[in-house]
Amino acid sequence: MDLSMFLSVIIGAIFINNFILSKFLGLCSFIGISKETKPALYMGVSVTFVTTCASIITWAIYNFILVPCHIEYLRTISFILVIASFVQLVEMVIKKFSQALYRTLGIYLPLITVNCAVLGVAVLNSEMFFKPGLNTLTSFTLSALQGFCVGLGYILVMLFMSGIRERLELCDVPKSFKDAPISFIIASLMSMAFMGFSGFRF
Amino acid sequence: MNKLTVSQSPHIKSNQTTKNIMWAVVWSLVPAGIAGIYIFGISSLNVMILSVLSCVFTEALFLKFRNRNPKTVLDGSAILTGLLLAYNLPPQIPFWIPVVGGVVSIALGKQIFGGLGQNIFNPALVGRAFLQISWPVYMTTWKNPRWWPDAVSSATPLAKETSAHFSYMDLFLGNRAGSLGEVCVIALIIGALFLLITKIISLHIPLSFIGTVGVITWVFGKDGFFKGDFIFNIMAGGLILGAFFMATDYVTSPLTKKGKIVFGIGCGILTAIIRLRGSYPEGVCYAILFMNAAVPIIDRFTKTQKYGFIKK
Amino acid sequence: MKKLLKEFFKGIGSENPTFRLVLGLCPTLAVSTSVVNGLGMGVAATFVLIGSNVIISLVRKSIPDQIRIPCFIVIIATFVTIVELMMKAYAPELSKSLGIFVPLIVVNCIVLGRAEAFACKEGVFSSLLDALGMGIGFTLALLLISAIREIFGNGTLFGLLIVKSYEPVLYLVLAPGALLVIGLLIGGINFLARKRSTT
Repeated sequence: MDLSMFLSVIIGAIFINNFILSKFLGLCSFIGISKETKPALYMGVSVTFVTTCASIITWAIYNFILVPCHIEYLRTISFILVIASFVQLVEMVIKKFSQALYRTLGIYLPLITVNCAVLGVAVLNSEMFFKPGLNTLTSFTLSALQGFCVGLGYILVMLFMSGIRERLELCDVPKSFKDAPISFIIASLMSMAFMGFSGFRF
Repeated sequence: MNKLTVSQSPHIKSNQTTKNIMWAVVWSLVPAGIAGIYIFGISSLNVMILSVLSCVFTEALFLKFRNRNPKTVLDGSAILTGLLLAYNLPPQIPFWIPVVGGVVSIALGKQIFGGLGQNIFNPALVGRAFLQISWPVYMTTWKNPRWWPDAVSSATPLAKETSAHFSYMDLFLGNRAGSLGEVCVIALIIGALFLLITKIISLHIPLSFIGTVGVITWVFGKDGFFKGDFIFNIMAGGLILGAFFMATDYVTSPLTKKGKIVFGIGCGILTAIIRLRGSYPEGVCYAILFMNAAVPIIDRFTKTQKYGFIKK
Repeated sequence: MKKLLKEFFKGIGSENPTFRLVLGLCPTLAVSTSVVNGLGMGVAATFVLIGSNVIISLVRKSIPDQIRIPCFIVIIATFVTIVELMMKAYAPELSKSLGIFVPLIVVNCIVLGRAEAFACKEGVFSSLLDALGMGIGFTLALLLISAIREIFGNGTLFGLLIVKSYEPVLYLVLAPGALLVIGLLIGGINFLARKRSTT
């Protein structure tokens, strides 16, 4: 359990293996909700919240139920169920306690259930941090940290993208390339810029 | 049209036009080009010509295909892109690399966004990063100056495994391997001074960019805390070229002074991190591209406040 | 009969999940580095689509409306688990190179989208055809993208060398290349569609 491991998870999740730009997870929402900065930011915050919590919960399920019972093959089915019910629960809680928050974030929550980033980070955690030699505490901390940082990376790219797309409204983009195609091309160029971080040594 | 925002007065009127500015930047790059040809021989000139021709041709093709005014092909912007791209390439590269680079620069870096003034990323750097990723071997095989005994080397002074030592004078005059336009610092500074005196660029971005790289490489250098060789780091890579000629591109840098400083510092931090910790020897190109993507957001948060208005 | 054929062909052409509906992009981009990977992913997703569409269509009358989404997800996840285990047993190489994108078929918008938009309303046979059409459309799109990326980015097709002295554009097999190829393809298809509608 040393610092460089934490650093590599943080930098890895935000920059090197950014979920949107190099793992292509959460692309649908990335293209769909990045037209304006505000919704993009709210979506990013909701995703970060859910990925963090989902990482913690799925870690607990994997560690305390699936591994001891030797039913790791039920990973996919159990994770997606837990994530779906968790998101539903959060939606209900927010609706109950804060109408204002529900009005801003409410519409994004159902979308997050089928956001590949959430299930992606849960599956990735179970593959990365359950290796022999990692004690329980490290594996837990790293999972939660990865969940949080994946969300941060998501927010970063969402912010950049929404800013660019707001500016593109005024640009003379070829008609056939408006909206989705130009967004993909921008994402490609951003992904290229992010490649400068590849091969970091700590 | 609520998307159109008008900023408050006073407005300054000047006779700067796009065409004048573009050509001025092209002229300011000439000394570095001559130095490149002198240091690496005639192959540098070939790379420059191919790259410029490829850019101009692609631009003309797009303008024709999209029924835009064909005269704007000579507004200097395509020539400038081609020249900057060439300056970022190794001098003895196979002929097709600058050609492909020029097409990519103009097509993906500029015209797909709608042409001049609308691109998000610096076109020349888009081309250069594309080439670097696609053909890493060609893009990192460097040629030594003409007068060195062995012609081909594989390391610039920044390469992490190199043991060669360069004096500051070598670096200042360009007596080293590297991209054809980045090596001769003195020539680049002459060009930059011209741009500064004619007020085409301001010092905000270059100073904050170079300063940040200097500070970080000084504090976290490989010889220990506060012992890094920052003069070496400033002069050794493409930093001077990048900071004065590419990061200052009007279209892809922030509008306000505050924004420019944030942009410069961001570029500096990223460049230094990539140099110190990344797998690439040089980070200027990726750092500027990364910060280009952040420009709309920086602009959004550094808007000038209207006098007398209370912030909500 | 005509209607059934229409259900089948719309997935391949007019409502192609990748190019027209822009759905299910994550696996499309991530696994299209080689034609073999693309084909494997396409077949796996088609299997899940057919299985889930048929089952959902069979039980559609007994699922209460409020909890239909969780029910759909359980059914889909079951089929995904089947695919996951089968692939691990019979095609371990493929399973390794597809990585986490096999379990992620669960959250592929195409699968849930077809369940929600089609299978929970229509009969078993038309659901089957719908799933088959969508699956084939998805597989074809994957094949197209992965063929472009493999030929230009690696100089090979199905792992075989095509042109000897070609210098592959490495950009295309790396992450940014996937985004570029799909952006250009969608743009190109839009262009052709607009051209056809004006003439």
